[in-house]
Amino acid sequence: MIPTSHYLYLALALFTIGVLGVLTRRNVIIILMSIELILNAVNINLVAFARHFGSVDGQIFAIFVVTAAAAEAAIGLGIIIAFFRNRETVLADEMDMLKW
Amino acid sequence: MVEQFTFYFFAALAVISAVLVVTVRNAVYSAVFLITTLLATAGIFLQLRAEFLFVVQIILYVGGIMVLFVFVVMLVDLDVALRQVQFNRQKWVALLVVLAVAGQLVFALALGSEALGLPAAAPESLEPNTESVGLRLFESYMLPFEIASILLLVAMIGAVLLGKRQKPPRSEA
Repeated sequence: MIPTSHYLYLALALFTIGVLGVLTRRNVIIILMSIELILNAVNINLVAFARHFGSVDGQIFAIFVVTAAAAEAAIGLGIIIAFFRNRETVLADEMDMLKW
Repeated sequence: MVEQFTFYFFAALAVISAVLVVTVRNAVYSAVFLITTLLATAGIFLQLRAEFLFVVQIILYVGGIMVLFVFVVMLVDLDVALRQVQFNRQKWVALLVVLAVAGQLVFALALGSEALGLPAAAPESLEPNTESVGLRLFESYMLPFEIASILLLVAMIGAVLLGKRQKPPRSEA
């Protein structure tokens, strides 16, 4: 049986890579993909602890996280489409209309 | 033995393709590597005895969300985006900060479960549990379930509204 800490290390690696993607990439679509990576790392943690404690509550929270991720992806990609139609760019540092 | 092999295989696959998602230049390749990561995560779920989440991960993430991503990548202009610089100016600072956070987390995990005050692992107490997940979801977690469905409805309406083409601006007479 794999110890729970190995799952936590895996989730830590995925989370770190996701944060790195959010902080360094300029393409907004890839930033959204990195957010999906982060949410997946959280799901691995939840399911690993569900097995650790022998209860299914963690899996149910993971289902809610997947629901929130689906809503977030739909809205985020809709915003990207609307923005691209107006400004012809997908680069995060060119989206500065609110910056004075 | 088989359990060890499947875990380390899926874990290595997930981490390698996650690195490629963040570093590769073309957004289509990023999406494909993200699909690989999500499938490897699904394998990890199956190995953790979460059969329902395994199926949800494949149908919803790989079949739904990733199709949406690939659609949007195709809709926006690929050729222009490819020729631009892919990383912003703060990349080295970001790498440093992320490594520091990762070091802290590894240190906290290495202190072990006794320092974190966790009880010992329950020995293999999760049987095949799709049925108990469903029962728990519709009994104790009924209200969050309904709130999640309203969230999805709001997201759907919002996405349709955002995607609708605006009326052309009225020309000055």
